Amino acid sequence: MASHSESIIREPLITGKDITYAKITNDILAPVERMPGRAWWIGFTVASLGACLWVFAVSWTFWYGIGEWGLNKTVGWAWDITGFVWWVGIGHAGTLISAILLLFRQNWRNSINRSAEAMTIFAVICAATYVVSHMGRPWLAYWPLPLPNQFGSIWVNFNSPLVWDVFAISTYFSVSLVFWYTGLLPDLASIRDRATGLRRKIYSFCSFGWTGSVKTWQRFETVCLILAGISTPLVLSVHTIVSMDFATSLEPGWHTTIFPPYFVAGAIFSGFAMVQTLLLVTRKVLGLENYITMFHIEAMNKIILLTGSIVGVAYLTEFFIAYYSGSEYEQYTFLNRFIGPYWWAGCMMYGCNVLMTQLMWFKKIRTSIPIAWVLSIVVNIGMWFERFVIIVTSLHRDFLPSSWAMFYPTWVDMSVFIGSIGLFFTMFLLFIRVFPSIAIAEVKLILKSSSEQAKKKILDHGGLDPEQVQFYKESLVTFDSVEIADYEKI
Amino acid sequence: MSSTKYILGLFDDPDEMMHGIDELQKNSIPIYDVYTPMPIHGIEKKLGIKDSRLGWAAFMFGCLGGTTIFSMATYMLALDWPMNIGGKPAFAVPDFIPITFEWTVLFTAFGMTATFFYATHLFPGRTPRVMDLRATDDRFVIAIDAKGNIPHDDITNVLKQAGAVEVKHNDRKYVSYE
Repeated sequence: MASHSESIIREPLITGKDITYAKITNDILAPVERMPGRAWWIGFTVASLGACLWVFAVSWTFWYGIGEWGLNKTVGWAWDITGFVWWVGIGHAGTLISAILLLFRQNWRNSINRSAEAMTIFAVICAATYVVSHMGRPWLAYWPLPLPNQFGSIWVNFNSPLVWDVFAISTYFSVSLVFWYTGLLPDLASIRDRATGLRRKIYSFCSFGWTGSVKTWQRFETVCLILAGISTPLVLSVHTIVSMDFATSLEPGWHTTIFPPYFVAGAIFSGFAMVQTLLLVTRKVLGLENYITMFHIEAMNKIILLTGSIVGVAYLTEFFIAYYSGSEYEQYTFLNRFIGPYWWAGCMMYGCNVLMTQLMWFKKIRTSIPIAWVLSIVVNIGMWFERFVIIVTSLHRDFLPSSWAMFYPTWVDMSVFIGSIGLFFTMFLLFIRVFPSIAIAEVKLILKSSSEQAKKKILDHGGLDPEQVQFYKESLVTFDSVEIADYEKI
Repeated sequence: MSSTKYILGLFDDPDEMMHGIDELQKNSIPIYDVYTPMPIHGIEKKLGIKDSRLGWAAFMFGCLGGTTIFSMATYMLALDWPMNIGGKPAFAVPDFIPITFEWTVLFTAFGMTATFFYATHLFPGRTPRVMDLRATDDRFVIAIDAKGNIPHDDITNVLKQAGAVEVKHNDRKYVSYE
């Protein structure tokens, strides 16, 4: 590796003094190698109680059928598909970080890709469980697969977006899993080579005999690059196809050509919000402030601002097209979002997703950890309401006023949803307990070029444009993991 | 005859390790392999390792996946049991694009990764063949086959002068075997 020095005007991606390769391994593996602290146990207890609620509510649904949900003849899809789209959307940020940012050579992804990919996998698991449980007869879940059968064979209808969705979600899940696990191999080997006894045996089994020889690394990087290359169109296709579940219908409010890009932007938007929600807590609890720095937080906030604004433009376009189409039903649907009985859901959607994210234009807000965390929750709520508005508010009043109805969730609806959040956090907490939550090898890769200490060395060496030095020092002020006092003399 | 099987030069810095490779090559000492905790860019060229051909495997698997599902859809919907759906053509190519794309990606990912695991001998439960346990932590290890490469002290000196923090003369090839 021809280590090069990176320009001083780029903020450091690893902060702290005396960071060595050994220290990176120690810091990142500490949560895996020691017994978990009280914060972890409290979180795990609460989350697993939620997961138990989920098991109970889903079992209840399987036993008594989806009649236990609040669905009716008019509103045939409600919290189930809302939850499904919400979770799939959340998953998208992981692939964006691991694949698209890799192709764009954004080195800051190296610290956050591992946990974001894990989040993708858990979110898609939550989404997939909704798909299965909303079928009503989940034991027939294999029907959308193109298997030979005794009805003819009468085959699945490949013209249907719902069949496309089966292919998209299953491909997305399995490819993400392969990508994530392949990336984990070198880090599992790091744990293995430090462990003893049974732990060593387990990690030895899981690390596939990784050695880190030249050829292995060369192939590993090729595989990661190609996986990133194919995951990029894949992730865009997945939410495009999810949006086609709606867009190919004739339902006012669904029948919209803008849906694919609008859904993809919304998915990345909500996914980054969830990454932010998780990582702001994780970095603190696991003591990873030197690796997930203020630069990462601000960069993610910028993406939230960008995608939130794209979503805002999509909302405006929808309204304009509804007006411009001259279609009475289309116009009513969009008016109904504000003046209908679900006006409050519409307000949550537009308020949380568009108005609140515009606050991110201010650097003070982008770099404030408590505000960023609260805003990330606001975005999560807003994006849930977006799907609720699109699904329930569109369905509850369409062509025939005599069949207009309201949707009232039952305790089963609510328990499945709250439980799925518990399930998600249970899986995430287990993940940070047994796997390194940051890609160790990838962070080591940028230590010599992009760390604070490397830049400090350049500064100490002198001979730089004072304007650039000043710019760099000012950019460090917002970092909570940098000692500003060290820079006063320079 | 010493019992040394492999000589390991342990470096704590990737650039110094690269320098070590240069020095060894200057002295015509063949390098068995290099083990590092992270990918080192440019090392393949130095060691004369050919480009990976996994890209070709990926391409082939992608073609296979796309062809498979497109043929399946064509057989199922257009040949075996054509259905009249609003009088539209049974062989509806645009509708087959999403699934064709998905399976192209699916086969590429699984085929390529399986090829990678197969070619590199990675599989669950494989006994790790590790020459130095810190090669996955903070040591950049150059391994030299001791057999035929004598005198060993000269190799040690070359490595030390190149900046190796430690030089090991291992009697066993792999330290990871119990």
